[in-house]
Amino acid sequence: MTANIPGLEPLIDDMAAPSEVKGRGARRTHLSRRRLYLRRFLRNRGALVGLAVLSVLIVFALFGSVLTIYTYTDVDFANLSSAPSPEHLFGTNGAGNDTYAQAVHGLQRSLVIALVVSALTTTIAAFVGAAAAYLGGLAEKIILEVIHFLLVVPAFLILALVSQRAHGDWSVLILVLTMFGWMFSARVVWSLATSLREREYVQAARYMGVGRIRIVVRHLIPNIGSLLIVSFTLGVVATVQSETALSFIGFGVQPPDVSLGTMLSDGANTVSSAPWLFYFPASLVTLLTVSMALIGDGLRDALDPTSRSGGRA
Amino acid sequence: MSTPVLSVRDLRVSFPSEAGLVDAVRGVDFDLLPGRTLGIVGESGSGKSVTSLAVMGLLPEYAAVSGSITLSGRELLGRSDRQLSKIRGRELAMIFQDPLASLTPIFSVGRQLVEALQVHQDLDRDVARKRAVELLDLVGIPNAATRARSFPHEFSGGMRQRVVIAIAIANDPRLIIADEPTTALDVTVQAQILEVLKLARAETGAALILITHDLGVVAGTADDVLVMYAGRPVEKAPVDELFARPRMPYTIGLLGALPRVDAAARAPLVPIKGNPPLLVDLPPGCPFEPRCPIAIARCADREPELAPVSGTSTSHSAACIRADGIEGGRIDGRPVYPLPPLPESRATALARDQRPTVLELAAVSKTYPLLKGALLKRRIGWVHAVCEVDLDIREGETLGLVGESGCGKTTTLLEIMNLRRPEHGTIRVCGVDVAELRGRDTERDLRRGLQIVFQDPMGSLDPRLTAFDILAEPLRALRAADPAAITRRVEDLMELVGLDPEHSDRFPTAFSGGQRQRIGIARALATRPALVVLDEPVSALDVSVQAGVINLLNELKAELGLSYLFVAHDLSVVRYISDRVAVMYLGRIVEIGPVDEVFDDPRHPYTEALLSAIPVPDPQVERTRERVLLRGDLASPTDSSPGCRFVSRCPLHLTLDSTQQARCRNETPVLTGRANTDHRNACHFR
Repeated sequence: MTANIPGLEPLIDDMAAPSEVKGRGARRTHLSRRRLYLRRFLRNRGALVGLAVLSVLIVFALFGSVLTIYTYTDVDFANLSSAPSPEHLFGTNGAGNDTYAQAVHGLQRSLVIALVVSALTTTIAAFVGAAAAYLGGLAEKIILEVIHFLLVVPAFLILALVSQRAHGDWSVLILVLTMFGWMFSARVVWSLATSLREREYVQAARYMGVGRIRIVVRHLIPNIGSLLIVSFTLGVVATVQSETALSFIGFGVQPPDVSLGTMLSDGANTVSSAPWLFYFPASLVTLLTVSMALIGDGLRDALDPTSRSGGRA
Repeated sequence: MSTPVLSVRDLRVSFPSEAGLVDAVRGVDFDLLPGRTLGIVGESGSGKSVTSLAVMGLLPEYAAVSGSITLSGRELLGRSDRQLSKIRGRELAMIFQDPLASLTPIFSVGRQLVEALQVHQDLDRDVARKRAVELLDLVGIPNAATRARSFPHEFSGGMRQRVVIAIAIANDPRLIIADEPTTALDVTVQAQILEVLKLARAETGAALILITHDLGVVAGTADDVLVMYAGRPVEKAPVDELFARPRMPYTIGLLGALPRVDAAARAPLVPIKGNPPLLVDLPPGCPFEPRCPIAIARCADREPELAPVSGTSTSHSAACIRADGIEGGRIDGRPVYPLPPLPESRATALARDQRPTVLELAAVSKTYPLLKGALLKRRIGWVHAVCEVDLDIREGETLGLVGESGCGKTTTLLEIMNLRRPEHGTIRVCGVDVAELRGRDTERDLRRGLQIVFQDPMGSLDPRLTAFDILAEPLRALRAADPAAITRRVEDLMELVGLDPEHSDRFPTAFSGGQRQRIGIARALATRPALVVLDEPVSALDVSVQAGVINLLNELKAELGLSYLFVAHDLSVVRYISDRVAVMYLGRIVEIGPVDEVFDDPRHPYTEALLSAIPVPDPQVERTRERVLLRGDLASPTDSSPGCRFVSRCPLHLTLDSTQQARCRNETPVLTGRANTDHRNACHFR
């Protein structure tokens, strides 16, 4: 049973002689799991770069407006479609709006929508999928029926209609994107959790008298954690795309409000004549998704006990 | 003196890995004469399988192989895969551990045999088919002509392994390599397969390399034994010599770590401390030195060569600088492995019937519906997984529940652990009838007294939780104590099972198999239960590690007055640890009684056969032992007609007259005892 395969070797020697020097109770308190995860996350250089980029983006979204005198709705009739200059850092668009101010605001809007929607869908998916798998029987059947029904509903059409009626209110957009976004990952979570529920440690927990909800939260969901993290990071990217698509056909964020999506669709039309209108929001989207992916990788390694940094606290 | 079939010289195999070059095999030499059997033993990771794969030329391409392997004078190393294919199957045959994986599921076994014949011999189809049937008949497949048209999944595990052996000997090979050929099989089937292997060897005159971790199998089958450790042979001797006078401390440790099915005396087992070394950048010196109880300073300087041992006429060699001083497991008059003291139990001071009963099963049955049909399932019968089982376990007692796979051991366990009203009969845990449990709180209280240890030490520990959280879980689940008390209890538990509490913030992957099983045991003990159910707790562990866990279980039982329900298929371990034993066959208990009485004086023919099938790690005993070989495999558990379930395989049944035979078939035997002992069996005529 003792695998002496490199990377899987046991790292702990048998207790040769219990150290008698230290008295009872004087032992180092055990490291809490959260601090353990943090320590392992901080060891990953890529993840730190991602975290730094994301922090810069967040700071930019929150406080970027102090670097310009314009707001995203102001119109500068003297500068229509002008290239970046000290006055307009990112240039202006055809209507004379300052692109920098719009980018700050758009990033803010997109970040909030993407992060909130992705967090919500992932949480719902995790709970619903894992609970369906663990409860089994009739509950599992009903939950799966609901998931399958929602999967075949033409979500995009409903999204478009609802957000149109809400006149581009972004909180309604969050709600609708969440409602139709969780089923697919829930289905994946369910299929993974069905194999987990047969594991001996889940059985062991049941035989120890651990409650059902506690088993789902403590044993099932953490063990599909890496899937959830990947699904969260991809969810951010997918939400940005959904929002962009909706905005592109005019059903998403409505003018005068802007998001990275609306800026991208505007900029795409003038990419040869006024490239700054496209490239600034595009690089923001890229930075956002890349940083999310790096953070996701780091989190996965930190939470995954079998990854190479595993075991070493 | 004939020339060797196979000679291996300085064979070295290494694999690249992220951590560096893994030297899986580091210099193996041996010669194998025709008709001889070489047993290669060692723990997992000792390089025994890699050696055999190197001989077969089946190692992956990235493996670096050096040295020399000559088969009948021809060098095998350095040949292309195409050239080797001509030799493999024709002169070299291999039998793998998993018979299902080594047969193609989409062709009938006859066709696979015909293919094996036609690839290497110029035979026409009909001749090959006839030969295939002969071969199947030879390895003991009944109705060979009809069964040749069956597919692998239609055979049981033992029958499949017979087919694999038939394919292996199809072309009269010079050398057969069997890699753990019986590990996946039940003991009674293992005994059959070992007989078939001997027959196959006699039939072809081939040499046989038998790779196994089971010293009992080696003792009964091999002529010479090679003990491997950390990729090197550490001791080589004829089988009698090795078992009688082992010279290398590792071999002595392996033999001492093994409980024996034929010994009533409870000498404590000798575990070897520590774990096998990692085969990357090994330090100079003997690789066993860190675990060796008699290591001296000189051991760490240089790795000892495999050298002949003085004072023996036979070809006995060992790789130990102190080998010459070791005689009969002792060095300089002192034992190499000092025996740990045997724990004395307080609970057993009282007579059995005066102690309280912790578990009682009365006429418990469990059936599963047998369904057929893809869309609309209809029931076509019942599987009688457990049938009218009566058991009781008293305080401080260990009941061993034994039987082959499919006999209903696990179902019985699940019935107990579920704490639900059984289909029939009653289950009482600590005096409480589980059918009368109302509400979660009463169930939780009862769970406190009943805990379980699982077989797989990796699968039963949540990889996401640290050792601390794993041990704290039952305490938290049972609303036991405040955080400070939990921390204290976890530290106590870690110490109780021989682990350093400092390591409680590590994840399960950081622990070795034996250590993980200790954590599993500690978790079961967290709530101070009265009864611990042990489901094959040591079967996934290596022998040397297993001994430590068994000793721990014994100590805990004596110290804490625990009762165990010990389920295992390894009867040697069961005999060692149990006070009483119950033998199950197809859902029924066929014999129950005090362990020594059952093992020394088995009454039911099934118990007799089961016990005689277990290999004993002593070649003298193995040769003289009368073996009761059972025919066939387990009968179908769906049959509910009256009569003894063992009748189809029973050797006793054949010796009875026709009225007695009719009784066997028509009347279901019940457990009865002779006089007033509590050794009872379910056979009409015993």
